[in-house]
Amino acid sequence: MSAAAVTMMCIAIVIVWGGLVAAILRLRKHPDVPDDDASGEPV
Amino acid sequence: MPQKARERWGSRTGFLLAAIGSAIGLGNIWRFPAEAYKNGGGAFLLPYLIALLTAGLPLLILEYTVGRKYRRSPPAAFRQLAKPVQVIGWWQVAICFVIATYYSVILAWAVRYVGFSVGEQWGDNPEEFLFGDFLQAAETPGDVSGYVAGVFWPLLAVWLVVLVVLAFGVRRGIERANMLFIPLLVIFFAVLVIRALTLDGAAGGLDALFSPDWSALGEGSVWVAAYGQIFFSLSIGFGIMVTYASYLGRRADLSGSALVAGFANSSFEILAGIGVFATLGFMAQAEGVPVDEVATEGLGLAFVAFPTVISSMPTGWLFGLLFFVSLAIAGFTSLVSIVQVVVASVQDRTGMSRVPAVLSVGGLIAVVSLLLFSSDNGVWFLDASDHFINQYGIALAALVFVVVVAWWLRALPQLQEHANATSAVRLGKWWLFFLGLVTPLGLGWMMVDSLRSEFDENYGGFTDDFLLKYGWGVAIGALVVGILLSLIPWRHTDELPLSEPGRGSGPPTGGPGTSGTGTSGTGTAGTGTAGTTKNGTTRERGR
Repeated sequence: MSAAAVTMMCIAIVIVWGGLVAAILRLRKHPDVPDDDASGEPV
Repeated sequence: MPQKARERWGSRTGFLLAAIGSAIGLGNIWRFPAEAYKNGGGAFLLPYLIALLTAGLPLLILEYTVGRKYRRSPPAAFRQLAKPVQVIGWWQVAICFVIATYYSVILAWAVRYVGFSVGEQWGDNPEEFLFGDFLQAAETPGDVSGYVAGVFWPLLAVWLVVLVVLAFGVRRGIERANMLFIPLLVIFFAVLVIRALTLDGAAGGLDALFSPDWSALGEGSVWVAAYGQIFFSLSIGFGIMVTYASYLGRRADLSGSALVAGFANSSFEILAGIGVFATLGFMAQAEGVPVDEVATEGLGLAFVAFPTVISSMPTGWLFGLLFFVSLAIAGFTSLVSIVQVVVASVQDRTGMSRVPAVLSVGGLIAVVSLLLFSSDNGVWFLDASDHFINQYGIALAALVFVVVVAWWLRALPQLQEHANATSAVRLGKWWLFFLGLVTPLGLGWMMVDSLRSEFDENYGGFTDDFLLKYGWGVAIGALVVGILLSLIPWRHTDELPLSEPGRGSGPPTGGPGTSGTGTSGTGTAGTGTAGTTKNGTTRERGR
């Protein structure tokens, strides 16, 4: 693989997978507040 | 008649996995790698990410917000925005109906190919095996002239499983299936990618995929391709995300979940790109040809190129098993979400219970699917209808929806406020700008570009007559059906309380951390009464 291809592959992985990890961490810091009608039982 | 409570996701993880399962589909595996390769290789990443951030995620957040705010499937939710907008919802329902009929047959093929992998039953010529022995495709595309048992039975099996999952409901059916299948898909595909990376020639394939051609960024078509890829791979514009978000709690996060789903989808695409091109690199080396001679996409990639590779590698059957099972899982979780749009819309419109709705609506889709796509012309119908319903169904409906919400109803600020009340990531003016300007321009540009190529030459080399029936006819037919369905008058008992854009059924304004405030309404199971939130907005009735 050329250096340019390796670089672009690494950038793609870091940005996209890094973006996923960052989004998950952000969401984990913000838990949903339960509703009073959150039984959610299927009907 | 007492109203029933709307179903709910069991957990945030369950919703996220279902949303990710819907987004990750066949296109991630067989479309993204080829699109990236054809449009600048590594340089494609730039327009791709820009398209994700400026159109994909903003539109995904919009769909989540509309779904969670009105807690209805697209027609009823859009009707809450403004009565005439329900046409777009019914249009999306018709589009989902069409897509479900042919998407399922690809799953049936993938299931059959899991079996074919053992013993590499395609022999020396996978292409001839696919179109001849297996599909028994008519030489000249035309009307149905016979049926293929080898496609009919697995297709019937696919439909039975889909209907059973849907009959179990949102939490016990869709959520549980995704909680099982999405981790399985990631494991299977990760193993496949690791195996692909150890093949001779893998580096050559990756070099072809990731070598940047920066000059491509000056070409408009590359940007159109990036917006198209993001748009089609995120499952936006179908009404799926509106439907799935309608089962969220009133205080559920929206924008943070959209970021997770969007980046998870793209993460899988990158993984698929690596796996597919490492494999194609091996194939090119084995055949002694450059990668561009073996690079392909769609059906050709999955059912011709991969079988060729499988036949030429040691323990190829295992590789085939991993690939076709992954393809089947990715397609299955997407198909379930597509059919759920139709089922939920009919339920919301008629008040029908889940099981009868699944059996009647899902059953009807299954029958149409079996009648058309297990025939000897199924593959030709699939090719034409897929192209036209994508371009002039999904994309056009999304364009109309965004323009209507942003420019006609001017509802974006209220929706922004609704999302911000409970979300991990605050939507700023950027969201209004991207949705109001960049997304419509991106989609509009895609539309013009696509129309231009349509008039340059007939898609796929099909005849005018065939394209009129199974291409344009399908796309225009979906719009006409959508309009007709929207014209059926709503009985008073069906009517949801209409509200001005941005009003009604809103979340408590207390936002996160204010548990217990603003939810004093009685919208619980069986009460059927409209509740009132603390801030005075009307809560829709549970059904």
